[in-house]
Amino acid sequence: MLNNLFIGIGKKTFALLYFLGGLSNLVFHSFYWLFVPPFKKERFFEQAKKTGVDSLPIVSLIGLFIGVILAFQTAYLMQRLGSEIYIASIVALSLVRELGPVITSLVVAGRVGAAITAEIGSMQVTEQIDALETLATNPIKYLVVPRFLALSLMLPILTLYADLIGILGGYLVCVYKLGISSSLYLSITFDALLYKDLFTGLLKTVFFGMIIAFVGCYEGFNVEGGAEGVGRATMRSVVITFILIIAADSFFAALFYFIFP
Amino acid sequence: MLEIINLNKSFNEHKVLDNVNLKIERGSTCVIIGRSGCGKSVLLKHIVGLLKPDSGKIFIDSKDVTNLDEKEWDKLRMRIGLVFQGGALFDSLTVGENVTFGLMEHQRMSSKELLERAEEALSLVGLCGIENLMPSELSGGMKKRVALARAICTKPEIILYDEPTTGVDPITADGINELIKTLHDKLKVTSVVVTHDMKSAYKIADKIAMLYQGKIIAEGKPENIQNTQHPVVHQFINGLAKGPITEALECFK
Repeated sequence: MLNNLFIGIGKKTFALLYFLGGLSNLVFHSFYWLFVPPFKKERFFEQAKKTGVDSLPIVSLIGLFIGVILAFQTAYLMQRLGSEIYIASIVALSLVRELGPVITSLVVAGRVGAAITAEIGSMQVTEQIDALETLATNPIKYLVVPRFLALSLMLPILTLYADLIGILGGYLVCVYKLGISSSLYLSITFDALLYKDLFTGLLKTVFFGMIIAFVGCYEGFNVEGGAEGVGRATMRSVVITFILIIAADSFFAALFYFIFP
Repeated sequence: MLEIINLNKSFNEHKVLDNVNLKIERGSTCVIIGRSGCGKSVLLKHIVGLLKPDSGKIFIDSKDVTNLDEKEWDKLRMRIGLVFQGGALFDSLTVGENVTFGLMEHQRMSSKELLERAEEALSLVGLCGIENLMPSELSGGMKKRVALARAICTKPEIILYDEPTTGVDPITADGINELIKTLHDKLKVTSVVVTHDMKSAYKIADKIAMLYQGKIIAEGKPENIQNTQHPVVHQFINGLAKGPITEALECFK
Protein backbone atom coordinates (compact mmCIF):
# COMPACT_ATOMS: atom_id res chain seq x y z
CA MET A 1 0.00 0.00 0.00
CA LEU A 2 2.65 2.47 1.16
CA ASN A 3 4.93 1.08 -1.49
CA ASN A 4 2.38 1.87 -4.21
CA LEU A 5 2.02 5.38 -2.87
CA PHE A 6 5.75 5.99 -3.21
CA ILE A 7 5.82 4.43 -6.67
CA GLY A 8 2.93 6.70 -7.64
CA ILE A 9 4.68 9.81 -6.31
CA GLY A 10 7.91 8.77 -8.02
CA LYS A 11 6.18 8.26 -11.36
CA LYS A 12 4.42 11.63 -11.14
CA THR A 13 7.69 13.34 -10.23
CA PHE A 14 9.47 11.78 -13.20
CA ALA A 15 6.59 12.74 -15.49
CA LEU A 16 6.80 16.34 -14.25
CA LEU A 17 10.57 16.49 -14.69
CA TYR A 18 10.25 14.95 -18.14
CA PHE A 19 7.64 17.57 -19.08
CA LEU A 20 9.74 20.46 -17.75
CA GLY A 21 12.85 19.13 -19.50
CA GLY A 22 11.02 18.72 -22.79
CA LEU A 23 9.42 22.14 -22.54
CA SER A 24 12.73 23.88 -21.73
CA ASN A 25 14.34 22.09 -24.64
CA LEU A 26 11.58 23.37 -26.95
CA VAL A 27 11.97 26.94 -25.60
CA PHE A 28 15.73 26.82 -26.11
CA HIS A 29 15.48 25.53 -29.68
CA SER A 30 12.72 28.02 -30.55
CA PHE A 31 14.91 30.95 -29.52
CA TYR A 32 17.80 29.44 -31.46
CA TRP A 33 15.73 29.01 -34.64
CA LEU A 34 14.25 32.48 -34.20
CA PHE A 35 17.61 33.92 -35.23
CA VAL A 36 18.47 31.46 -38.02
CA PRO A 37 17.64 32.74 -41.53
CA PRO A 38 15.68 32.61 -43.78
CA PHE A 39 13.00 34.71 -42.10
CA LYS A 40 9.54 34.31 -43.57
CA LYS A 41 7.30 37.20 -42.60
CA GLU A 42 4.18 35.70 -44.16
CA ARG A 43 4.05 32.85 -41.66
CA PHE A 44 4.21 35.32 -38.77
CA PHE A 45 1.47 37.50 -40.27
CA GLU A 46 -0.74 34.49 -40.84
CA GLN A 47 -0.40 33.43 -37.21
CA ALA A 48 -0.79 37.03 -35.99
CA LYS A 49 -4.09 37.17 -37.82
CA LYS A 50 -5.24 33.83 -36.42
CA THR A 51 -4.30 34.69 -32.83
CA GLY A 52 -4.92 38.43 -32.82
CA VAL A 53 -7.46 39.66 -35.32
CA ASP A 54 -9.61 36.54 -35.18
CA SER A 55 -9.75 36.71 -31.36
CA LEU A 56 -11.14 40.26 -31.37
CA PRO A 57 -14.87 39.35 -31.24
CA ILE A 58 -14.63 37.06 -28.23
CA VAL A 59 -12.19 39.37 -26.43
CA SER A 60 -14.58 42.30 -27.03
CA LEU A 61 -17.54 40.39 -25.69
CA ILE A 62 -15.80 39.11 -22.58
CA GLY A 63 -14.01 42.42 -21.93
CA LEU A 64 -17.29 44.30 -22.06
CA PHE A 65 -19.06 41.85 -19.73
CA ILE A 66 -16.19 41.87 -17.25
CA GLY A 67 -16.33 45.68 -17.14
CA VAL A 68 -20.08 45.64 -16.58
CA ILE A 69 -19.90 42.94 -13.87
CA LEU A 70 -17.03 44.68 -12.13
CA ALA A 71 -18.89 48.00 -12.06
CA PHE A 72 -22.05 46.44 -10.59
CA GLN A 73 -20.17 44.44 -7.96
CA THR A 74 -18.09 47.43 -6.91
CA ALA A 75 -21.19 49.61 -6.84
CA TYR A 76 -22.78 47.19 -4.37
CA LEU A 77 -20.15 48.03 -1.74
CA MET A 78 -19.44 51.62 -2.73
CA GLN A 79 -23.10 52.66 -2.54
CA ARG A 80 -23.24 51.37 1.03
CA LEU A 81 -20.18 53.49 1.83
CA GLY A 82 -21.61 56.39 -0.12
CA SER A 83 -18.55 56.69 -2.36
CA GLU A 84 -19.76 55.68 -5.85
CA ILE A 85 -17.18 57.98 -7.32
CA TYR A 86 -14.46 55.39 -6.60
CA ILE A 87 -16.12 52.79 -8.82
CA ALA A 88 -14.32 54.28 -11.82
CA SER A 89 -10.87 53.98 -10.30
CA ILE A 90 -11.47 50.47 -8.94
CA VAL A 91 -12.77 49.25 -12.31
CA ALA A 92 -9.85 50.82 -14.16
CA LEU A 93 -7.17 49.54 -11.80
CA SER A 94 -8.48 45.99 -11.46
CA LEU A 95 -8.92 45.73 -15.22
CA VAL A 96 -5.58 47.15 -16.26
CA ARG A 97 -3.47 45.53 -13.56
CA GLU A 98 -5.09 42.13 -13.29
CA LEU A 99 -8.36 41.14 -14.90
CA GLY A 100 -7.60 42.40 -18.41
CA PRO A 101 -4.30 40.52 -18.76
CA VAL A 102 -5.41 37.30 -17.07
CA ILE A 103 -8.87 36.97 -18.59
CA THR A 104 -7.59 37.80 -22.07
CA SER A 105 -4.78 35.28 -21.69
CA LEU A 106 -7.15 32.56 -20.50
CA VAL A 107 -9.56 33.25 -23.35
CA VAL A 108 -6.72 33.13 -25.88
CA ALA A 109 -5.31 29.99 -24.23
CA GLY A 110 -8.67 28.27 -24.66
CA ARG A 111 -9.16 29.50 -28.19
CA VAL A 112 -5.68 29.58 -29.72
CA GLY A 113 -3.68 27.25 -27.46
CA ALA A 114 -6.15 24.42 -27.95
CA ALA A 115 -6.14 25.00 -31.71
CA ILE A 116 -2.34 24.89 -31.81
CA THR A 117 -2.20 21.56 -29.97
CA ALA A 118 -4.97 20.04 -32.08
CA GLU A 119 -3.36 21.20 -35.34
CA ILE A 120 0.20 20.13 -34.53
CA GLY A 121 -1.10 16.93 -32.91
CA SER A 122 -3.02 15.98 -36.06
CA MET A 123 0.07 16.77 -38.11
CA GLN A 124 2.05 14.47 -35.84
CA VAL A 125 -0.31 11.49 -36.14
CA THR A 126 -0.58 11.85 -39.92
CA GLU A 127 3.23 12.00 -40.29
CA GLN A 128 3.19 15.59 -41.56
CA ILE A 129 5.88 16.53 -39.04
CA ASP A 130 8.09 13.75 -40.41
CA ALA A 131 7.27 14.96 -43.92
CA LEU A 132 8.52 18.45 -42.97
CA GLU A 133 11.82 16.96 -41.86
CA THR A 134 12.23 14.89 -45.00
CA LEU A 135 11.76 18.12 -46.97
CA ALA A 136 14.72 19.54 -45.01
CA THR A 137 12.53 21.89 -42.97
CA ASN A 138 12.90 22.15 -39.23
CA PRO A 139 9.46 21.72 -37.59
CA ILE A 140 10.38 24.11 -34.75
CA LYS A 141 11.37 26.85 -37.18
CA TYR A 142 8.34 26.24 -39.39
CA LEU A 143 5.65 25.66 -36.76
CA VAL A 144 6.74 26.94 -33.34
CA VAL A 145 8.64 30.16 -34.08
CA PRO A 146 5.83 32.01 -35.92
CA ARG A 147 3.28 30.91 -33.31
CA PHE A 148 5.29 32.00 -30.31
CA LEU A 149 6.23 35.31 -31.91
CA ALA A 150 2.63 35.99 -32.89
CA LEU A 151 1.26 35.10 -29.46
CA SER A 152 3.81 37.08 -27.47
CA LEU A 153 3.25 40.17 -29.63
CA MET A 154 -0.50 39.94 -30.15
CA LEU A 155 -1.49 39.10 -26.59
CA PRO A 156 -0.37 42.49 -25.15
CA ILE A 157 -2.25 44.26 -27.95
CA LEU A 158 -5.37 42.20 -27.30
CA THR A 159 -5.04 42.91 -23.59
CA LEU A 160 -4.80 46.65 -24.15
CA TYR A 161 -7.91 46.41 -26.28
CA ALA A 162 -9.73 44.34 -23.62
CA ASP A 163 -8.75 46.93 -20.97
CA LEU A 164 -10.33 49.70 -23.03
CA ILE A 165 -13.49 47.72 -23.76
CA GLY A 166 -13.77 46.77 -20.07
CA ILE A 167 -13.50 50.41 -19.04
CA LEU A 168 -16.21 51.15 -21.59
CA GLY A 169 -18.40 48.50 -19.88
CA GLY A 170 -17.87 50.14 -16.51
CA TYR A 171 -18.58 53.54 -18.07
CA LEU A 172 -21.91 52.34 -19.49
CA VAL A 173 -23.04 51.05 -16.09
CA CYS A 174 -21.90 54.10 -14.13
CA VAL A 175 -23.11 56.76 -16.56
CA TYR A 176 -26.41 55.24 -17.69
CA LYS A 177 -27.41 53.31 -14.58
CA LEU A 178 -25.80 54.95 -11.56
CA GLY A 179 -25.97 58.51 -12.79
CA ILE A 180 -22.33 59.48 -12.58
CA SER A 181 -21.40 62.15 -15.11
CA SER A 182 -19.48 61.07 -18.15
CA SER A 183 -16.62 63.56 -17.82
CA LEU A 184 -16.18 62.81 -14.12
CA TYR A 185 -16.02 59.05 -14.78
CA LEU A 186 -13.35 59.49 -17.44
CA SER A 187 -11.23 61.93 -15.49
CA ILE A 188 -11.26 59.68 -12.40
CA THR A 189 -10.37 56.66 -14.53
CA PHE A 190 -7.35 58.34 -16.10
CA ASP A 191 -6.25 59.93 -12.82
CA ALA A 192 -6.26 56.54 -11.13
CA LEU A 193 -4.13 54.85 -13.79
CA LEU A 194 -0.37 55.20 -13.72
CA TYR A 195 1.99 54.18 -16.50
CA LYS A 196 3.40 51.43 -14.31
CA ASP A 197 -0.06 49.86 -14.00
CA LEU A 198 -0.36 49.64 -17.74
CA PHE A 199 3.24 48.55 -18.20
CA THR A 200 3.16 45.73 -15.64
CA GLY A 201 -0.21 44.55 -16.92
CA LEU A 202 1.01 44.33 -20.51
CA LEU A 203 4.50 43.02 -19.79
CA LYS A 204 3.26 39.87 -18.14
CA THR A 205 1.06 39.01 -21.11
CA VAL A 206 4.21 38.71 -23.25
CA PHE A 207 5.17 35.79 -21.01
CA PHE A 208 1.63 34.42 -20.91
CA GLY A 209 1.69 34.40 -24.72
CA MET A 210 4.90 32.36 -24.67
CA ILE A 211 3.37 29.92 -22.18
CA ILE A 212 0.35 29.40 -24.45
CA ALA A 213 2.52 28.89 -27.55
CA PHE A 214 5.16 26.63 -26.03
CA VAL A 215 2.80 24.40 -24.05
CA GLY A 216 0.43 24.18 -27.03
CA CYS A 217 3.23 23.19 -29.41
CA TYR A 218 4.92 20.84 -26.94
CA GLU A 219 1.73 18.90 -26.28
CA GLY A 220 1.02 18.78 -30.01
CA PHE A 221 4.44 17.33 -30.83
CA ASN A 222 4.04 14.69 -28.13
CA VAL A 223 0.69 13.32 -29.24
CA GLU A 224 0.52 9.54 -29.31
CA GLY A 225 -2.28 7.29 -30.44
CA GLY A 226 -4.45 8.88 -33.11
CA ALA A 227 -7.61 10.93 -32.66
CA GLU A 228 -8.03 10.02 -29.00
CA GLY A 229 -4.45 11.12 -28.37
CA VAL A 230 -5.09 14.48 -30.05
CA GLY A 231 -8.13 15.01 -27.81
CA ARG A 232 -6.20 14.10 -24.69
CA ALA A 233 -3.27 16.33 -25.61
CA THR A 234 -5.56 19.29 -26.34
CA MET A 235 -7.19 18.94 -22.94
CA ARG A 236 -3.82 18.63 -21.20
CA SER A 237 -2.53 21.63 -23.11
CA VAL A 238 -5.40 23.87 -21.97
CA VAL A 239 -5.26 22.66 -18.36
CA ILE A 240 -1.47 23.06 -18.10
CA THR A 241 -1.58 26.49 -19.76
CA PHE A 242 -4.28 27.70 -17.32
CA ILE A 243 -2.27 26.48 -14.32
CA LEU A 244 0.98 28.00 -15.59
CA ILE A 245 -0.66 31.35 -16.43
CA ILE A 246 -2.21 31.65 -12.96
CA ALA A 247 1.05 30.54 -11.32
CA ALA A 248 3.09 32.99 -13.39
CA ASP A 249 0.58 35.73 -12.61
CA SER A 250 0.96 35.28 -8.87
CA PHE A 251 4.72 35.35 -9.34
CA PHE A 252 4.48 38.62 -11.31
CA ALA A 253 2.08 40.07 -8.75
CA ALA A 254 4.68 39.51 -6.03
CA LEU A 255 7.57 40.62 -8.22
CA PHE A 256 5.95 43.90 -9.34
CA TYR A 257 4.78 44.58 -5.79
CA PHE A 258 8.42 44.78 -4.73
CA ILE A 259 9.94 46.28 -7.91
CA PHE A 260 7.28 48.96 -8.47
CA PRO A 261 5.88 49.59 -4.99
CA MET B 1 24.80 3.27 -53.67
CA LEU B 2 22.95 2.64 -50.44
CA GLU B 3 24.42 0.29 -47.87
CA ILE B 4 22.98 -0.71 -44.51
CA ILE B 5 25.32 -2.52 -42.14
CA ASN B 6 24.34 -4.32 -38.92
CA LEU B 7 21.47 -1.97 -38.18
CA ASN B 8 19.76 -2.46 -34.81
CA LYS B 9 16.76 -0.66 -33.39
CA SER B 10 14.55 -1.36 -30.39
CA PHE B 11 11.46 0.38 -29.05
CA ASN B 12 10.78 -0.24 -25.34
CA GLU B 13 12.91 -3.40 -25.35
CA HIS B 14 11.05 -4.73 -28.38
CA LYS B 15 13.65 -5.39 -31.03
CA VAL B 16 12.32 -4.12 -34.36
CA LEU B 17 15.47 -4.29 -36.47
CA ASP B 18 17.96 -7.01 -35.64
CA ASN B 19 21.30 -6.78 -37.45
CA VAL B 20 19.88 -5.75 -40.80
CA ASN B 21 22.31 -5.80 -43.71
CA LEU B 22 21.30 -4.62 -47.17
CA LYS B 23 23.06 -3.29 -50.24
CA ILE B 24 21.20 -1.38 -52.94
CA GLU B 25 22.98 -0.49 -56.16
CA ARG B 26 22.75 3.00 -57.61
CA GLY B 27 19.89 3.32 -60.06
CA SER B 28 18.24 0.04 -59.05
CA THR B 29 14.88 -0.65 -57.45
CA CYS B 30 14.88 -2.70 -54.27
CA VAL B 31 11.58 -3.92 -52.85
CA ILE B 32 11.42 -4.79 -49.17
CA ILE B 33 8.57 -7.13 -48.35
CA GLY B 34 7.29 -8.33 -45.01
CA ARG B 35 4.18 -8.51 -42.86
CA SER B 36 2.59 -5.35 -41.49
CA GLY B 37 4.42 -4.12 -38.42
CA CYS B 38 7.62 -6.05 -39.12
CA GLY B 39 9.76 -2.91 -39.20
CA LYS B 40 9.78 -2.01 -42.89
CA SER B 41 8.74 1.60 -42.35
CA VAL B 42 11.20 1.87 -39.46
CA LEU B 43 13.96 0.83 -41.85
CA LEU B 44 12.92 3.54 -44.35
CA LYS B 45 12.86 6.17 -41.62
CA HIS B 46 16.44 5.27 -40.75
CA ILE B 47 17.57 5.83 -44.33
CA VAL B 48 16.19 9.38 -44.32
CA GLY B 49 17.41 10.11 -40.78
CA LEU B 50 14.02 10.41 -39.07
CA LEU B 51 15.10 7.69 -36.65
CA LYS B 52 18.56 7.09 -35.23
CA PRO B 53 19.80 3.51 -35.00
CA ASP B 54 20.79 1.96 -31.66
CA SER B 55 23.82 0.58 -33.44
CA GLY B 56 24.96 -0.08 -37.01
CA LYS B 57 25.73 2.16 -39.95
CA ILE B 58 24.12 3.47 -43.10
CA PHE B 59 26.24 4.55 -46.06
CA ILE B 60 24.88 6.69 -48.87
CA ASP B 61 27.35 6.95 -51.76
CA SER B 62 30.08 5.61 -49.46
CA LYS B 63 29.43 8.36 -46.91
CA ASP B 64 28.53 7.31 -43.39
CA VAL B 65 25.31 9.17 -42.59
CA THR B 66 24.64 7.74 -39.15
CA ASN B 67 26.24 10.57 -37.23
CA LEU B 68 25.47 13.56 -39.45
CA ASP B 69 24.30 16.76 -37.74
CA GLU B 70 21.01 18.39 -38.68
CA LYS B 71 22.55 20.76 -41.24
CA GLU B 72 24.28 17.97 -43.12
CA TRP B 73 21.12 15.88 -42.97
CA ASP B 74 19.10 18.72 -44.46
CA LYS B 75 21.52 18.93 -47.37
CA LEU B 76 21.32 15.19 -47.89
CA ARG B 77 17.53 15.15 -47.57
CA MET B 78 17.24 17.41 -50.59
CA ARG B 79 18.65 14.44 -52.55
CA ILE B 80 16.19 11.94 -51.02
CA GLY B 81 12.44 11.84 -51.49
CA LEU B 82 10.16 9.91 -49.16
CA VAL B 83 6.61 9.02 -50.13
CA PHE B 84 4.65 8.42 -46.94
CA GLN B 85 2.11 5.65 -46.57
CA GLY B 86 -0.81 8.00 -45.94
CA GLY B 87 0.56 10.74 -48.19
CA ALA B 88 1.31 13.08 -45.26
CA LEU B 89 0.30 16.08 -47.37
CA PHE B 90 0.22 19.37 -45.46
CA ASP B 91 -3.49 20.00 -45.15
CA SER B 92 -3.15 23.73 -44.60
CA LEU B 93 -1.50 24.18 -48.02
CA THR B 94 -2.84 23.75 -51.54
CA VAL B 95 -1.75 20.86 -53.75
CA GLY B 96 0.57 23.19 -55.67
CA GLU B 97 2.20 24.48 -52.48
CA ASN B 98 2.55 20.93 -51.20
CA VAL B 99 4.30 19.76 -54.35
CA THR B 100 6.75 22.68 -54.46
CA PHE B 101 7.26 22.86 -50.68
CA GLY B 102 10.91 21.73 -50.82
CA LEU B 103 11.71 24.26 -53.55
CA MET B 104 9.88 27.13 -51.83
CA GLU B 105 11.81 26.51 -48.63
CA HIS B 106 15.26 26.08 -50.07
CA GLN B 107 15.57 27.68 -53.47
CA ARG B 108 14.89 31.16 -54.64
CA MET B 109 12.41 30.71 -57.42
CA SER B 110 9.79 32.99 -58.89
CA SER B 111 6.17 31.95 -58.50
CA LYS B 112 6.06 31.30 -62.25
CA GLU B 113 8.97 28.86 -62.04
CA LEU B 114 7.39 27.19 -59.02
CA LEU B 115 4.12 26.76 -60.88
CA GLU B 116 5.95 25.24 -63.83
CA ARG B 117 7.76 22.78 -61.57
CA ALA B 118 4.50 21.87 -59.84
CA GLU B 119 2.80 21.27 -63.18
CA GLU B 120 5.74 19.22 -64.40
CA ALA B 121 5.79 17.00 -61.28
CA LEU B 122 2.02 16.59 -61.28
CA SER B 123 1.93 15.67 -64.96
CA LEU B 124 4.57 12.98 -64.30
CA VAL B 125 2.13 11.36 -61.87
CA GLY B 126 -0.74 11.80 -64.33
CA LEU B 127 -2.53 14.72 -62.72
CA CYS B 128 -3.21 18.19 -63.99
CA GLY B 129 -5.21 21.27 -63.11
CA ILE B 130 -5.45 20.47 -59.40
CA GLU B 131 -2.79 22.92 -58.12
CA ASN B 132 -5.32 25.06 -56.31
CA LEU B 133 -7.28 22.26 -54.61
CA MET B 134 -6.76 21.46 -50.94
CA PRO B 135 -5.61 17.94 -49.98
CA SER B 136 -8.95 17.31 -48.22
CA GLU B 137 -10.67 17.59 -51.60
CA LEU B 138 -8.66 14.72 -53.10
CA SER B 139 -9.40 10.99 -53.17
CA GLY B 140 -7.02 8.52 -51.49
CA GLY B 141 -5.36 7.53 -54.75
CA MET B 142 -4.88 11.15 -55.80
CA LYS B 143 -3.33 11.96 -52.43
CA LYS B 144 -0.78 9.19 -52.94
CA ARG B 145 0.07 10.53 -56.37
CA VAL B 146 0.38 14.11 -55.11
CA ALA B 147 2.68 12.81 -52.36
CA LEU B 148 4.74 11.14 -55.06
CA ALA B 149 4.82 14.38 -57.05
CA ARG B 150 6.05 16.22 -53.93
CA ALA B 151 8.83 13.66 -53.49
CA ILE B 152 10.03 13.94 -57.10
CA CYS B 153 9.67 17.72 -57.41
CA THR B 154 13.13 18.39 -55.96
CA LYS B 155 14.56 15.86 -58.47
CA PRO B 156 16.04 13.51 -55.87
CA GLU B 157 18.53 10.74 -56.59
CA ILE B 158 16.94 8.34 -54.13
CA ILE B 159 13.21 7.85 -53.65
CA LEU B 160 11.80 5.84 -50.77
CA TYR B 161 8.23 4.58 -51.06
CA ASP B 162 6.25 3.45 -48.01
CA GLU B 163 3.54 1.10 -49.28
CA PRO B 164 2.73 3.13 -52.40
CA THR B 165 -0.04 0.80 -53.62
CA THR B 166 -1.80 0.08 -50.31
CA GLY B 167 -5.36 1.35 -50.11
CA VAL B 168 -5.77 2.34 -53.76
CA ASP B 169 -7.81 0.59 -56.44
CA PRO B 170 -6.01 -1.98 -58.63
CA ILE B 171 -5.91 0.31 -61.66
CA THR B 172 -4.38 3.22 -59.73
CA ALA B 173 -2.02 0.73 -58.09
CA ASP B 174 -0.78 -0.41 -61.48
CA GLY B 175 -0.48 3.23 -62.53
CA ILE B 176 1.78 3.85 -59.53
CA ASN B 177 3.84 0.78 -60.43
CA GLU B 178 4.26 2.08 -63.97
CA LEU B 179 5.31 5.41 -62.59
CA ILE B 180 7.96 3.92 -60.32
CA LYS B 181 9.28 2.01 -63.32
CA THR B 182 9.31 5.13 -65.47
CA LEU B 183 11.21 7.11 -62.86
CA HIS B 184 13.67 4.27 -62.60
CA ASP B 185 14.12 3.98 -66.36
CA LYS B 186 14.07 7.68 -67.27
CA LEU B 187 15.60 9.49 -64.32
CA LYS B 188 17.80 6.62 -63.09
CA VAL B 189 16.75 7.15 -59.50
CA THR B 190 17.56 4.61 -56.84
CA SER B 191 14.30 3.37 -55.37
CA VAL B 192 13.53 1.56 -52.16
CA VAL B 193 9.94 0.35 -52.03
CA VAL B 194 8.38 -1.10 -48.91
CA THR B 195 5.27 -3.12 -49.67
CA HIS B 196 3.36 -6.31 -49.06
CA ASP B 197 1.73 -6.18 -52.48
CA MET B 198 3.51 -9.04 -54.28
CA LYS B 199 2.12 -8.18 -57.70
CA SER B 200 3.67 -4.75 -57.43
CA ALA B 201 6.91 -6.21 -56.08
CA TYR B 202 7.38 -8.56 -59.04
CA LYS B 203 6.60 -5.80 -61.49
CA ILE B 204 9.01 -3.13 -60.30
CA ALA B 205 11.83 -4.87 -58.44
CA ASP B 206 15.41 -5.41 -59.53
CA LYS B 207 15.86 -7.04 -56.17
CA ILE B 208 13.47 -8.24 -53.46
CA ALA B 209 14.44 -8.56 -49.80
CA MET B 210 12.19 -10.02 -47.14
CA LEU B 211 12.19 -8.65 -43.61
CA TYR B 212 10.97 -11.08 -40.96
CA GLN B 213 11.32 -10.73 -37.20
CA GLY B 214 13.71 -7.83 -37.67
CA LYS B 215 16.08 -9.68 -39.99
CA ILE B 216 16.52 -9.88 -43.75
CA ILE B 217 15.81 -13.56 -44.24
CA ALA B 218 16.01 -13.67 -48.02
CA GLU B 219 17.11 -11.44 -50.85
CA GLY B 220 17.49 -11.91 -54.55
CA LYS B 221 16.08 -11.29 -58.00
CA PRO B 222 12.28 -11.46 -58.28
CA GLU B 223 12.39 -14.81 -60.14
CA ASN B 224 14.65 -16.32 -57.47
CA ILE B 225 12.31 -15.15 -54.71
CA GLN B 226 9.33 -16.47 -56.63
CA ASN B 227 10.86 -19.94 -56.81
CA THR B 228 12.26 -19.97 -53.29
CA GLN B 229 12.27 -23.05 -51.10
CA HIS B 230 12.48 -20.99 -47.90
CA PRO B 231 9.28 -21.94 -46.00
CA VAL B 232 8.67 -18.47 -44.49
CA VAL B 233 9.20 -16.62 -47.77
CA HIS B 234 7.15 -19.23 -49.63
CA GLN B 235 4.23 -18.77 -47.24
CA PHE B 236 4.41 -14.98 -47.46
CA ILE B 237 4.65 -14.55 -51.22
CA ASN B 238 1.87 -17.05 -51.82
CA GLY B 239 -0.30 -15.56 -49.09
CA LEU B 240 -0.97 -18.83 -47.26
CA ALA B 241 -2.82 -18.76 -43.95
CA LYS B 242 -0.99 -21.84 -42.68
CA GLY B 243 2.76 -22.04 -42.38
CA PRO B 244 5.75 -21.17 -40.21
CA ILE B 245 4.80 -17.45 -39.85
CA THR B 246 1.37 -18.09 -38.30
CA GLU B 247 2.73 -20.96 -36.21
CA ALA B 248 5.44 -18.71 -34.83
CA LEU B 249 2.79 -16.14 -33.94
CA GLU B 250 0.70 -18.73 -32.10
CA CYS B 251 3.76 -19.79 -30.11
CA PHE B 252 4.36 -16.15 -29.29
CA LYS B 253 0.88 -15.89 -27.74
